[in-house]
Amino acid sequence: MGYNLAMRVWRGDADGGGLQDFTVPVEDGEVVLDAIHRLQATQAGDLAVRWNCKAGKCGSCSAEVNGRPKLMCMTRLSDFDPAETLTVTPLRTFPVIRDLVTDVSYNYEKARELPAFAPGPPDADGKRRMMQEDVERGQEFRKCIECFLCQNTCHVIRDHDENKPAFAGPRFFLRYAELDMHPLDTHDRRDLAQDAAGLGMCNITKCCTEVCPEGIKITDNAIIPMKERVIDRKYDPLVWLGSKIRRRTDHRSEV
Amino acid sequence: MAEFERHSYDVVVIGAGGAGLRAAIAAHEAGARTAVVCKSLLGKAHTVMAEGGAAAAMGNLWPEDNWKVHFRDTMRGGKMLNNWRMAQLHAQEAPDRVLELETWGALFDRTPDGLISQRDFGGHRYARLAHVGDRTGLEMIRTLQQRTVALGIDVYMECTVTELLKDGDKISGAFGYWRDSGRFLVFEAPAVVLATGGIGKSYQVTSNSWEYTGDGHALAMRAGASLINMEFVQFHPTGMVWPLSVRGLLVTESVRGDGGILKNSEGKRFMFDYIPEFFKAETADTVEEADGWYDDKKNNRRPPELLPRDEVARAINSEIKAGRGTPHGGVYLDIASRRSPEYIKRRLPSMYHQFKELAGVDITKEQMEIGPTCHYVMGGVEVDPDSGMSIVDGLFAAGEVSGGMHGSNRLGGNSLSDLLVFGRRCGDGAAEYATSVAASRPTVDEASVDAAAEAALAPFAESGEENPYTVQRDLQETMQSLVGIIRREGELVQSLEQLAEMRKRLPHLSVEGNRQYNPGWHLALDLRNMLVVSECIASAALERTESRGGHTREDHPGASDEWGKINLVLTLGDSGEVQLKHQPLPQMPGELTELIDIQV
Repeated sequence: MGYNLAMRVWRGDADGGGLQDFTVPVEDGEVVLDAIHRLQATQAGDLAVRWNCKAGKCGSCSAEVNGRPKLMCMTRLSDFDPAETLTVTPLRTFPVIRDLVTDVSYNYEKARELPAFAPGPPDADGKRRMMQEDVERGQEFRKCIECFLCQNTCHVIRDHDENKPAFAGPRFFLRYAELDMHPLDTHDRRDLAQDAAGLGMCNITKCCTEVCPEGIKITDNAIIPMKERVIDRKYDPLVWLGSKIRRRTDHRSEV
Repeated sequence: MAEFERHSYDVVVIGAGGAGLRAAIAAHEAGARTAVVCKSLLGKAHTVMAEGGAAAAMGNLWPEDNWKVHFRDTMRGGKMLNNWRMAQLHAQEAPDRVLELETWGALFDRTPDGLISQRDFGGHRYARLAHVGDRTGLEMIRTLQQRTVALGIDVYMECTVTELLKDGDKISGAFGYWRDSGRFLVFEAPAVVLATGGIGKSYQVTSNSWEYTGDGHALAMRAGASLINMEFVQFHPTGMVWPLSVRGLLVTESVRGDGGILKNSEGKRFMFDYIPEFFKAETADTVEEADGWYDDKKNNRRPPELLPRDEVARAINSEIKAGRGTPHGGVYLDIASRRSPEYIKRRLPSMYHQFKELAGVDITKEQMEIGPTCHYVMGGVEVDPDSGMSIVDGLFAAGEVSGGMHGSNRLGGNSLSDLLVFGRRCGDGAAEYATSVAASRPTVDEASVDAAAEAALAPFAESGEENPYTVQRDLQETMQSLVGIIRREGELVQSLEQLAEMRKRLPHLSVEGNRQYNPGWHLALDLRNMLVVSECIASAALERTESRGGHTREDHPGASDEWGKINLVLTLGDSGEVQLKHQPLPQMPGELTELIDIQV
């Protein structure tokens, strides 16, 4: 049944701001984003918020709800006590533009630094063959909706802007791992991941995995295997050489 | 003359969904200096929500499949109102466009032979949709996004174009604003590609995101281009109905493609009662045959749940109206009793997640409640099929914003392939056109720039009482209740009267706050576009006195042969009024006509 929800929403811009109190009527089955939209339509027409699909598929409406990184469209009000005041603040790791909207351009810069997928030639009939079990590892990582909650929660950069130039963050470790495990990619990305992307700065506290709304096992399935492969490469050149040779003849045996 | 930020390109693409990104890649590769301008962050466009797959007759599972069968299915699905040339190009080129995505890093689901897997969908003779579980759109947009970034194409994110600029009869650029700062900017470019998607936000119950305000449709009209097929709006048969918060949210057709069936409150599998004459010969009329089809397509006909979307949506609507609906006003979609939990979770992971998280329903154990939701507009900018250019020199359109490809009804899966095929053609066409006018490049008219800036700022100057959110809600109510899935003359007349009233309210829209990331202001500007496309839909719907595809007139049931030869063409008059004329459908050559009636 409907009730009046007490909310505190951060409002302001790069020059500063603070929490503002609102009371907004909400209905059964609604999510935090519904409450924010109702605030916009009835009490604060210029309340800035990013959103698109409202279905957990685009990763636009990331914010912190009671201090926890969440997609507002997937956070149901029924998960909270109706008597509780809900606090909604912008992602802390990125500079505020206005209200709940932050400048996430850091992520787009990191994306540009990453060498693109580089496949070999297709089969004689113009098609490419890969086995389902070989694409599934990459498919898990490609579920990523780029909500940047993992980036936001990662303590390497959360309160450490100084680490940002040298650190790509979990979202892009995921991408390195995806390309590294891609059956058709011909690059070796381990040095890049380690040196340019700062994989070594991650000390696998798994915070990123915990906040991923897609349930991707970022640490276990992407970061740790990447770290292991970097170590192979660094300490055993023969392993590296062997893997390169094998890759050309039978890419399926690559791990 | 005010000083604004300026950028000069050969080709400016508006919109960064599948069509826009594919167009930008093509234009860039053709050597044009290219920019993409989009309202959201890169990678968030509506394509991301597409679930089922991209239709392409690759023949990976059914060697019998080829472009001719795909062409036939597309034309029949569109009830023969499609632009035949677009349908032909689409069917012929879709396989190459899908394979190309793989070269750029896409990871589609595989067949046992290691090829791209293909799934069944409504209206398609063979399993034809290349897919990744039920998140194909995400895979497609991410692939195109990563390709765009790799090529170093300039992307203007969170930037809205409010006006196209012209030099005489030719396009010369575009005017817009940065959403974060509200600052204006001018693009100088001889070629502009519209790839802005659809119009669904004019309806209350829709699967579309806030971006779908018909920007490209309206920009094209204001620049002198024409729209066709606007009366045809696709209501997807299966949207969520409960909780209210997610009403309209898409439930992919793959649920039915993978074995799901529709039932009414009496538990009856009702689609067998709604097989139209047009599709009788290719639709199963017994449960046994329908269920046998999934594994044996040679000896069984397609289940009626997989009729084209217009047919299924009307059937659901009729069941609900007859009082056989669910408690929340839908019907049941059941896959739990038909497939194993493992199969459902593997094939439909997002649907499993979506119902679990948002409705507390486990689709491996329970039925879903679903109902029709506004999903897609078949109508759009009238374009040359081969190059994608509109009747205005230098203005191109690709994807949902263009018209003709899908006729009166689009088949599921034909949208993602449409984006790729015509996105590329438009990018090529725009680059070629830009080269052809390079010697005498059209210039931006400064008076138009100043006028555009003034128009954009009007809502701040106005201290009137009109709240943009309220006007939007009223517009959605009008379109939902009077220009919805079933239409009647009286209601359409009434809708046009109400829309005319809203037109008078627009100048009095007023917004609070400043220009910095101000959604109220953004909506006030988008409303202008939503209103004009709504007027187009209602006018064309009133004019077309027959029922066909995504246009059902209760007072004119059945399709008429006369109307089957006519496109309704919409343009804007000098004072901004919607004008409508009849135009004969392009004549299909004989060798293609022969393909239509072949029983395959």
